[in-house]
Amino acid sequence: MSINSTRVHEILNSEKFKNLVKKRLTMSLLFTAIMLLVYFGFILSIAFYKEFLAIKIGEFITLGLPLGIGLIIFAWLLTGYYIRWANSKYDKAVRELRNEILKK
Amino acid sequence: METIQTTLGQVNIASIIIFFAFVAVTLGITYWAAKKTKTTSEFYAADRSISGFQNGLALAGDYMSAASFLGIAGMVSLKGYDGLIYSIGFLVGWPLVMFLIAEPLRNLGKFTFADVVAFRLKQKPVRIASSIGSLMTIVFYLIAQMVGAGSLINILFGFPYEIAIIIVGLVMIAYVLFGGMLATTWVQIIKAILLLSGATFLVIMTLAQFGMNPITLFEEATKKYTDAVLSPGGFVKNPWDAISLGLALILGTAGLPHILMRFFTVPDAIQARKSVFVATGFIGYFYILTFFIGFGAMVLVGQNVISSFDKGGNMAALLLSESVGGQFFLGFIAAVAFATILAVVAGLTLSGASTLSHDLYVNVIKKGKTDEVGEVKVAKVATLIIGGVAILLGLIFKGQNVAFMVGLAFAIAASANFPSLVLSIFWKNFTTKGAVASIITGSSLAVLLIVLSPTVWVDVFKNSDAIFGLKNPAIISMPASFLVAYIVSKIYPEKESVDKYEDEKLRTYLGIGAE
Repeated sequence: MSINSTRVHEILNSEKFKNLVKKRLTMSLLFTAIMLLVYFGFILSIAFYKEFLAIKIGEFITLGLPLGIGLIIFAWLLTGYYIRWANSKYDKAVRELRNEILKK
Repeated sequence: METIQTTLGQVNIASIIIFFAFVAVTLGITYWAAKKTKTTSEFYAADRSISGFQNGLALAGDYMSAASFLGIAGMVSLKGYDGLIYSIGFLVGWPLVMFLIAEPLRNLGKFTFADVVAFRLKQKPVRIASSIGSLMTIVFYLIAQMVGAGSLINILFGFPYEIAIIIVGLVMIAYVLFGGMLATTWVQIIKAILLLSGATFLVIMTLAQFGMNPITLFEEATKKYTDAVLSPGGFVKNPWDAISLGLALILGTAGLPHILMRFFTVPDAIQARKSVFVATGFIGYFYILTFFIGFGAMVLVGQNVISSFDKGGNMAALLLSESVGGQFFLGFIAAVAFATILAVVAGLTLSGASTLSHDLYVNVIKKGKTDEVGEVKVAKVATLIIGGVAILLGLIFKGQNVAFMVGLAFAIAASANFPSLVLSIFWKNFTTKGAVASIITGSSLAVLLIVLSPTVWVDVFKNSDAIFGLKNPAIISMPASFLVAYIVSKIYPEKESVDKYEDEKLRTYLGIGAE
């Protein structure tokens, strides 16, 4: 690849690139934190508040049932939401910066 | 006392026919793939020709082992709600793969995750250390799968254990040796479709007995076995145990070499992202199905019958399939379980072979200087070695209690592979010495602590008390690995690594220069 290294350096230090990295890191860490909080919240409620998950929400069904299955669906939706953000906002910024670098 | 008529353990013609049809089709695919497998990129990464959706299915195929299908359904059938906790732990790692690993991995690596760890560090020491982490994870996972395969086939088909191991070993070597990643990918895809449709059909047939109403199924379960089956029970006795296991499952998923390797088969980071979304969806769906299968078996087969076949409940899904679908359906599900094991061991073998050839032979011994033809040859020899070792270990560990080995594989993946991978992507000041120290600390602590834990010290060695109290070591070994990486990198800074971080960022975030 024939990329001018001073130009690359300029771009890496540009506000635009720094913003991109910051946004991406924020999203990655935020989503990771949400997932870990929800999961360990569930585990801790199993350890310390069993009664909560055993609450009956019908004649037989306990609250733990929809919550457990809901957690699996939530994990999937969270990846879906992340993809939506990445495909629209993140990729657009990536394309712009790539074009700037590869054109020069 | 419940009794049930079952043909489990007798030779099932349907099962044998379906299984051999699967082997014939997949070997046909291998023959087709062999013509397209000449270069290293073709052998290790299917020439990056797999689409995001296909790779998602293949990831699901790699991840959904017979242990999770039979084991979790069995656990649910005997313990009820508690079994669900396990499946949730296995799933929750996937979103993290998406948020932290998938795209940088695809952008930075070539064939193995060690490419990423070694990106800006000194090749030789880092490759050797990551290979240790990789190979340990793969070997422990392989032992668990091979021993499981031998016993399962022995129960299902009546073949002797040794013959079962050798059949599994030879067929999986054939896939990898001749068809490389392309054949292995299609084996995973077909297996995933078979497993998902088989499990779906099993759930539909089960629910049909309850007027297609899942609530009636749960109602019958509580009538038969009290309300307790729908509430958390004794699974979490010690919260630290649960947290430690949770950490191993979640972060371990993001450190399994055969899973990470799959991200190099797609053309770019966008497809890598898509494949995680697809995989998470299918795996989540599958775990929800196993929950219904477990409850179905609890009600229709009965806990006494299930545990009379296997204390851990591993035969629950099979007994249920016979109860709702007769002998033919039992044969189908049994064949699917067999195909499942075959696919998982093929993925593991390919990943182990690429560690031996790409990481150790090419980048350590030959210092990166080999030609294409030479490297493919070496990769094939490595496949034979790993395949042979898998067969040998399967034979050696016959009849041993290997249940802890999956937990150990995840603990090593979470404590040795995951920290070095994440730090190499996100931490500018990470160094060669830091990486090596972190991998060695993580893997050796994981092994040492699990040997001293109740899972091995008490259950395997039959001592009365464990020296280390937790069943899974991840809560100690994973943070220790991060801490050692931090301290050692701070004490011995590495200028070259910091300087190269700019190049790395360009690739991580923009994909410029990615292979």
